[in-house]
Amino acid sequence: MRVGVITFPGSNCDYDLYKAAQQIGANVEFIWHRQKNLDGYDAVMLPGGFSYGDYLRAGAIAQISPVMEEVSRFAANGGPVLGICNGFQILCEAGLLPGALVRNASLHFESKDIHVLVEQTDTLFTNKYENGQILRIPIAHAEGNYEANEQLLEELEDDGRVVFRYVSSDGELSKEANPNGSRNNIAGLTNKSGNVLGMMPHPERAMEDILGSVDGVGVFLSLATNLSTAGI
Amino acid sequence: MEILVKPRPGLLDPQGKAIHHALRSLGWTDTQDVSVGKVIYIDLEAEDGDSALEIVQLMCRKILANPVTEDFEVSIVKNNERIIA
Repeated sequence: MRVGVITFPGSNCDYDLYKAAQQIGANVEFIWHRQKNLDGYDAVMLPGGFSYGDYLRAGAIAQISPVMEEVSRFAANGGPVLGICNGFQILCEAGLLPGALVRNASLHFESKDIHVLVEQTDTLFTNKYENGQILRIPIAHAEGNYEANEQLLEELEDDGRVVFRYVSSDGELSKEANPNGSRNNIAGLTNKSGNVLGMMPHPERAMEDILGSVDGVGVFLSLATNLSTAGI
Repeated sequence: MEILVKPRPGLLDPQGKAIHHALRSLGWTDTQDVSVGKVIYIDLEAEDGDSALEIVQLMCRKILANPVTEDFEVSIVKNNERIIA
């Protein structure tokens, strides 16, 4: 499996993502944001960080980076795209995922471990998890408050596109367990065809016991297994 | 050109909420609501006012404002005089 990790000016989780993909046996390469060709890659990942200093809005400038046109094409052809944190923000700004991520309701930068419920296990990125499994994964963001209008929320829920939802450690869906004010406690969602996943929590920071949690491994392992089953 | 980008009414505006709280705690208890937007100034060369407006509105739709969360208003400012669009 050949994975491309895109580096934008201001990305700072690109090495973590590189290492996470490498850990599950992928051939990983960094892709500079000016690159205009994604031929030969089996999956593309957009890392966390502060691309373009979050100027204008988080992800707003990065969405017009030259590589993003290629990412859109790659996604339209069914290629798996994973956006984490700032990567999720960029995917929303680029229109590859619906809705927007706005300032946390707390107004604070939230950096801590949180819990998410795995709601969908029939996706490219989550089928190594158990349905209803609770993961402990870190978050680190100031703009992770998922915003969408009622119609879109209904559509996301009806289509089962909410993959991860913030819950308490015992799985309770509550306001207290929601670290940023996201609508419906949404922590991660896919596009309609399911090949693009955006999530605010950082699975690439929960890959080894020494990091305090290995709950993020499933995201990368699911993707690797699915691609290998497909003969890639 | 002066572009006013405003949070869409009804959406949570945490910055506005915090400032609202601050104003009330300073004694301005009549303050009913506060919302925070931003102003963007663009120096633009265009054939006339209409085409300038058209160009900047396109910029807003494309990148300057997020259609999910923000509304925008564009005005032309010439020789310190503002012509509301």
